[in-house]
Amino acid sequence: MSAISASEKVDGFTRKSMRKAQKQRKSQGSSQYRTQSAPVELSPLPQLKDAPSTEQQELFTQKLQQCCMLFDFLDSVMDLKSKEIKRATLNELVDYVSTNRGVLVESTYPEITNMICTNIFRTLPPSDNPDFDPEEDEPTLEASWPHIQLVYEFLLRFLENPDFQPSIAKRHIDQKFVLQLLELFDSEDPRERDFLKTILHRIYGKFLGLRAFIRKQINNIFLRFIYETEHFNGVAELLEILGSIINGFALPLKAEHKQFLMKVLIPLHTAKGLALFHAQAYCVVQFLEKDPTLTEPVIRGLLKFWPKTCSQKEVMFLGEIEEILDVIEPTQFKKIQEPLFKQISKCVANPHFQVAERALYFWNNEYILSLIEENIDKVLPIMFGSLYRISKEHWNPTIVALVYNVLKTLMEMNCTLFDELTSSYKAERQREKKKEQERDELWKKLDELRLSSAALVQNNSHGLPSVQNNNNNNNNNNSSNNNDNQDTRAEAAAVPTDNKVPDAGVAASESTPCAK
Amino acid sequence: MAGADGDDSLYPIAVLIDELRNEDVQLRLNSIKKLSTIALALGVERTRTELLPFLTDTIYDEDEVLLALAEQLGNFTMLVGGPEYVHCLLPPLESLATVEETVVRDKAVESLRKISQEHSPVDLEVHFEPLVKRLASGDWFTSRTSACGLFSVCYPRVSSTVKAEIRQHFRTLCSDDTPMVRRAAASKLGEFAKVLELDYVKSDIISLFTALASDEQDSVRLLAVEACVSIATLLPQEDLESLVMPTLRQAAEDKSWRVRYMVADKFSELQKAVGPEITKNDLVPAFQNLLKDCEAEVRAAAANKVKEFCENLPEDNREQIIMTHILPCVKELVSDTNQHVKSALASVIMGLSTILGKDNTIEHLLPLFLAQLKDECPEVRLNIISNLDCVNEVIGIRQLSQSLLPAIVELAEDAKWRVRLAIIEYMPLLAGQLGVEFFDEKLNTLCMAWLIDHVYAIREAATCNLMKLVEKFGAEWAQNTIVPKVLGMANDPNYLHRMTTLFCINALSEACGQDITTKQMLPVVLKMSNDQVANVRFNVAKSLQKIGPVLDSNALQTEVKPVLEKLATDTDMDVKYFAQEAISVLVLA
Repeated sequence: MSAISASEKVDGFTRKSMRKAQKQRKSQGSSQYRTQSAPVELSPLPQLKDAPSTEQQELFTQKLQQCCMLFDFLDSVMDLKSKEIKRATLNELVDYVSTNRGVLVESTYPEITNMICTNIFRTLPPSDNPDFDPEEDEPTLEASWPHIQLVYEFLLRFLENPDFQPSIAKRHIDQKFVLQLLELFDSEDPRERDFLKTILHRIYGKFLGLRAFIRKQINNIFLRFIYETEHFNGVAELLEILGSIINGFALPLKAEHKQFLMKVLIPLHTAKGLALFHAQAYCVVQFLEKDPTLTEPVIRGLLKFWPKTCSQKEVMFLGEIEEILDVIEPTQFKKIQEPLFKQISKCVANPHFQVAERALYFWNNEYILSLIEENIDKVLPIMFGSLYRISKEHWNPTIVALVYNVLKTLMEMNCTLFDELTSSYKAERQREKKKEQERDELWKKLDELRLSSAALVQNNSHGLPSVQNNNNNNNNNNSSNNNDNQDTRAEAAAVPTDNKVPDAGVAASESTPCAK
Repeated sequence: MAGADGDDSLYPIAVLIDELRNEDVQLRLNSIKKLSTIALALGVERTRTELLPFLTDTIYDEDEVLLALAEQLGNFTMLVGGPEYVHCLLPPLESLATVEETVVRDKAVESLRKISQEHSPVDLEVHFEPLVKRLASGDWFTSRTSACGLFSVCYPRVSSTVKAEIRQHFRTLCSDDTPMVRRAAASKLGEFAKVLELDYVKSDIISLFTALASDEQDSVRLLAVEACVSIATLLPQEDLESLVMPTLRQAAEDKSWRVRYMVADKFSELQKAVGPEITKNDLVPAFQNLLKDCEAEVRAAAANKVKEFCENLPEDNREQIIMTHILPCVKELVSDTNQHVKSALASVIMGLSTILGKDNTIEHLLPLFLAQLKDECPEVRLNIISNLDCVNEVIGIRQLSQSLLPAIVELAEDAKWRVRLAIIEYMPLLAGQLGVEFFDEKLNTLCMAWLIDHVYAIREAATCNLMKLVEKFGAEWAQNTIVPKVLGMANDPNYLHRMTTLFCINALSEACGQDITTKQMLPVVLKMSNDQVANVRFNVAKSLQKIGPVLDSNALQTEVKPVLEKLATDTDMDVKYFAQEAISVLVLA
């Protein structure tokens, strides 16, 4: 309470930086729900390397069992001695499985997996910050990391041990194991996700029988992320794994993989976070390099999910399109040039200069330039209107300069067409305006008809709620809806603003037009 | 219905469809939103034979357009010719129910549910039910998810053979291998149980419920908790113990906090559904555990239910259960480490006093209230203050007033305007309970200080607060305590404060009556018409319009009219506008 700064007083809302500062105090979380009764104090066992080889196996098992004891790390002073013993033991175990040959006999597999499952499989704690943004916010770190890290390390060494036998391990590392492993990818702790990534990759490599299952479960996670929760911390890591999985797909691609591309990977572009994009673009390009015939559906898909309001994302989309164009085959280019360049022409005319700039950079790409030149008679008419208009209207001088260069390049490609378009530009615009008017009139007529017959129908029946609700649809301007207007006004009044300079600022939120 | 037959020459379908195909998404969206107009222009016949097939075929579009389409089609029955033709709407809606985007799909299902009621029983079996079956056995998870929402609307109105099929489909979907479908099925389990015959509830639903409640994914398990409420309500008391309780007990101790949270969140409903006996034996210990849960989210959800849970305990040993089992947990929560838990508790804890009566309240609850009134988190204090009325009824507010005052003052000056706003809203209530003397002595200054707060919302709320106080304490009190201060602000150098005077007058004139308004307020308003800031001047015009009805006609004609006429010739167009408006509303022209 007392620590509220002047800036916060003015703002009223807690700033992100403030929240962060508060968060750092408690940046650790852990959730082990009544997994066991109070921990028993551990007593150190003799070192494995000192034990005679006949007893090593037995001691190894004992140590594994010892490591099944869990401790509360949110209380940093509790069971200090036992925690240290477990840490040392885990270290020793990691060392033991990574340097020794012949230690992975069949009977140890259940003990090993049991120890791993007991330690790492847990319900992740609720996030401190419900709208956690991996790029902005400090993650909540896993409190029991000193132990969990070593368990992950151990699991990795176990999988990488030359004696490791998937045929035995598959009884323990099964679908249920993988499912729980995948759920952990939601961890906020980037260190944990990093380990999980490597581990899942190893499992995918070694257990052929689990591959289809893993892919399917990843699909489910993605679909849930896209359509249900919009929240899952490990999407980027899973995409990275998929990138290398896709790389290994055999040709021709199975229907399952194509479905993944179209129904999961492309819709994933609607996600809020920008961090995902590199991994996404990588996966998409991987697919296209495998099978160029997918280019058309992929680009159409991207165009469908093209961002409407987020300029940052639009820049990322343009980046991905350029990556695709880098590998596109000329025949495929012909198939999508029309819809694609319609979008690019919109981007070029975007008032946000970064979007416009990113789109105009396409003309610095030799390969894209050659594709455009080849199809200049199709591309130029689409691009011309926007380019011509912004060369005169865009607020940003850099963009105007870039546009001039682009126009010059295009003119050099086909001078005659360029001249034709220049001379017909005005006529074209007038035709558009006329069309616009015609549309307005059409709707006006329709409205008149609707009014008269709505009255009729109302008398005849009790139905037609939708017609009665739509009271004013006189033109194409959607925002002129009565209800909308009322809402905005009510909102403006209901959301007051605190402001440093009371007079100037508050006047703005006061009713109607104010002091000049 | 002459118009409904359409006019071919004026509106060829090609033109209309051209609109729906326009390259600009916004225009397409507009056209779709006015689809009913288009249908009307075409008439019912052509809507059925031309428009609907077109819509069914061109389903690939922006999700926003599809959403609008899905919504429109739910209201289309009359436009295709009434209930006998309603099945024409099924094909486009079926496609929409299979798209990926959840909002579109949900809207399509909503529309399908709506028009299912307009189907005759025969049509339902011939057209609607086959659609449900197709969706339920679709390849991609989206159609199966949509199917889950449609079973319950057609089940009651079909023959018993079809019913058996529907039950079978539902069973299949409950064990679907995609979790999305299982979630959809789990979320509709309760709704479906309600339309089933009791025997089938026992034989079918219980096993599905048990399976979903032990699903490998916690997102499915937690939905089963919701279904638990409806299922328990349907079953006779003697079956609950064997059919529902094992699962419920397991859910309350689930290893995932999300499931436990759900149990806590639905606790009152569960309590009502299972009845007093099971509550006493099972739910009381479960509730204690939830209040002591290791996750703050769960504790907060449980704390929210403390009052309701206690209220609904069987009366014969309610007090004893609360005192021995619940209160000790509540005491611990007062000093919880998490502020959400404390604030959840603070929002309900006062309610316990009515249940426990005067003596217990004074002895056991009062110390808790006082502790919470001193809590470091403003929300906790606010929640206590906002519920003072419950305590007032039981022990009278005097017991608290000594601790109350510092808490109120601190909240009144809190740095966050939302906190200040909240405390203002409780002022009339507090004033009523504390009495006029206490108010004048301790709180009046606060109320006046809010009038010059630098946040508009606070000033506005303060104005409204004054009005409510005057309603409570009367015009005489107003004349003595607040009117002079309010009018004094008319000379403030800050124009925003001068405007506050006007806003207060707007709010107070009616409550104060004609005499005070005419004699004290009106002169001030009229004088302000010469203010140099245009905003003040046009607010004078608005104020005059507002207080006009309270004044007598003499004052209107001789004092108000000349001033408004002068303002109507002001150089500022807004001042002119509002002056003219006032003249016409008050009929002074």
